[in-house]
Amino acid sequence: MKVLVAVKRVADYNVKVRPKGDGSGPDLNNVKMSINPFCEIAVEEAVRMKEAGVASEVVAVSIGDKSSQEQIRTALALGVDRGILVETDEEAQPLGVAKLLNEVMKQEEAQLIILGKQSIDGDNNQTGQMLAALGGMGQGTFASELKIEDGKALVTREVDGGLQTVSLKLPAVVTTDLRLNEPRYASLPNIMKAKKKPLDVKTPADLGVELKAGVKIVKVAPPPEREAGIKVESVAELVDKLKNEAKVI
Amino acid sequence: MSILVIAEHDNTSLKDATLNVVAAAKEIGADIDVLVAGSGCSAAAEQAAKVEGVSKVLHADNAAYEHQLAENLGLLVADLGKDYSHILAPATTNGKNLLPRVAALLDVAQLSDVTAVVSEDTFERPIYAGNIIATVQSEDPIKVISIRTTGFDAVAAEGGSASVDAVDAVHDAGVSSFVGEDVASSEGPELTSADVVISGGRGMQNGDNFKLLEAVAEKLGAAIGASRAAVDAGFVPNDMQVGQTGKIVAPNLYIAVGISGAIQHLAGMKDSKVIVAINKDEDAPIFQVADYGLVADLFEAMPELAEAL
Ligand SMILES: Cc1cc2nc3c(=O)[nH]c(=O)nc-3n(C[C@H](O)[C@H](O)[C@H](O)COP(=O)(O)OP(=O)(O)OC[C@H]3O[C@@H](n4cnc5c(N)ncnc54)[C@H](O)[C@@H]3O)c2cc1C
Ligand SMILES: Nc1ncnc2c1ncn2[C@@H]1O[C@H](COP(=O)(O)O)[C@@H](O)[C@H]1O
Repeated sequence: MKVLVAVKRVADYNVKVRPKGDGSGPDLNNVKMSINPFCEIAVEEAVRMKEAGVASEVVAVSIGDKSSQEQIRTALALGVDRGILVETDEEAQPLGVAKLLNEVMKQEEAQLIILGKQSIDGDNNQTGQMLAALGGMGQGTFASELKIEDGKALVTREVDGGLQTVSLKLPAVVTTDLRLNEPRYASLPNIMKAKKKPLDVKTPADLGVELKAGVKIVKVAPPPEREAGIKVESVAELVDKLKNEAKVI
Repeated sequence: MSILVIAEHDNTSLKDATLNVVAAAKEIGADIDVLVAGSGCSAAAEQAAKVEGVSKVLHADNAAYEHQLAENLGLLVADLGKDYSHILAPATTNGKNLLPRVAALLDVAQLSDVTAVVSEDTFERPIYAGNIIATVQSEDPIKVISIRTTGFDAVAAEGGSASVDAVDAVHDAGVSSFVGEDVASSEGPELTSADVVISGGRGMQNGDNFKLLEAVAEKLGAAIGASRAAVDAGFVPNDMQVGQTGKIVAPNLYIAVGISGAIQHLAGMKDSKVIVAINKDEDAPIFQVADYGLVADLFEAMPELAEAL
């Protein structure tokens, strides 16, 4: 079966992104960009499925401007067979991304799509669920284990109370949590090979989707600063402060 | 304008998170209906009817809704929700699983993790692991919003007297089924609503050593949390993870033990009222957000703390 993975280009998780001076948006000038960590896990899972003979082909899809080709190349270097960039200079919000992925999924006749549970820039946690709704598909969100058995996806999900397992008809949508797997690093020869793998570029119009922004950023600001605290010398002093100064115990 | 709140419950009782969401709905300011969808969940529906500020409870009781499968509930909520101006749910794993599905069915955007209401269409929400607070405006006719419960003080659980109306519609998408669950048995208070939280990180070295935290937690009536590193290393189960991609907590007192203070961890706890950090490395970033920092070996400090309380 064919498996799609959705990869998003985001500010690297090690960067502490700050608002622009004029409060119009995040300041991404000279910020290192990477593949969203949850998408890396999605790529790893799909590549393992290929290695295990469960997936016949793995295709990485990204929506964004030209520079997202970099993240698709990274996915190719990690073992993905080919890439599709849906190129747009407009900001693609989760509903728009879900519509585009739904069309790609239909065109490719894929049986499974793996996404990250959350992009670490917008912290939305929406796209996979929206895609599943649009396609009338089952969703295994926040997955910590994924198995394909008897033509169904068996997904263990990380939920507030612990773990839940669901069984989904195919085609289905899975979104990854951190413990699904430990992504590999790309080797130099594989990075070289990735340059020769196919990468198609399409536009939203090619897919018959019109992007609209339902949500507008009015302004951005830094979070309230915490006042600098103090160091205590001993456990006794700590207990005293908590009792008599902070009055929280 | 009227607001539909999706209740969080376990079929037997209503979860506290619902009270925070009703509080957010009150700030938006309109009639508030609460949907309790589940199986054999009439006790939870009765409880919802008593919540302060609720006008009406919609009680959808059917086997299809027993395990909160988003495929089924999504159809129900989208169907009921088209007559509302706002659809709200807590940003719990259930809420996060369900709401985007509802929004897509209604062809509208969704706002995640809202922490403040500015007006009926404008809200604040953290992005970039809480390093930026965005004020966002929704241009859609129906606003579908998940509420970060720590942003809103719970309304009273008692005092209301809403009617309970049965909803007969049964939506079974037929694409997913529940197989099983492995629910962590938690004895102490719930992590996300506890007054005091004490969390351990990689510095704890193993799961057994979390007993050191339990001893202190017992004395303080605290819930126990963990960093991702501690969960990844298998010290404790995943549902204890605090952070950007785990649970968000904002207790009166948060005690971080053997946790370095990565951005992703801070995102989940830096709105706590008082933060204590115990770490043997005096340069650990956690000390930058701590009100009280103790540079010490946790294996000495924790028994001492349990003793002193
Ligand atoms: C996409 C993504 C999402 C993430 N989401 C989360 C999240 O939600 N929550 C989260 O917590 N992390 C998250 N992380 C991980 C995060 O980046 C850090 O790796 C993690 O928080 C580190 O955990 P830690 O502080 O326990 O471990 P470390 O960084 O290894 O720190 C251990 C600390 O223990 C101290 N220590 C060691 N021994 C002792 C001792 N005997 N006594 C006292 N102190 C001692 C050390 O000085 C050190 O400061 C995420 C990462 C990614 C990439
Ligand atoms: N522009 C995009 N291109 C490709 N995949 C995306 C894009 N936006 C979101 N996704 C996928 O959806 C997941 C969740 O994103 P979000 O809903 O924005 O938190 C990401 O981890 C990706 O797998």
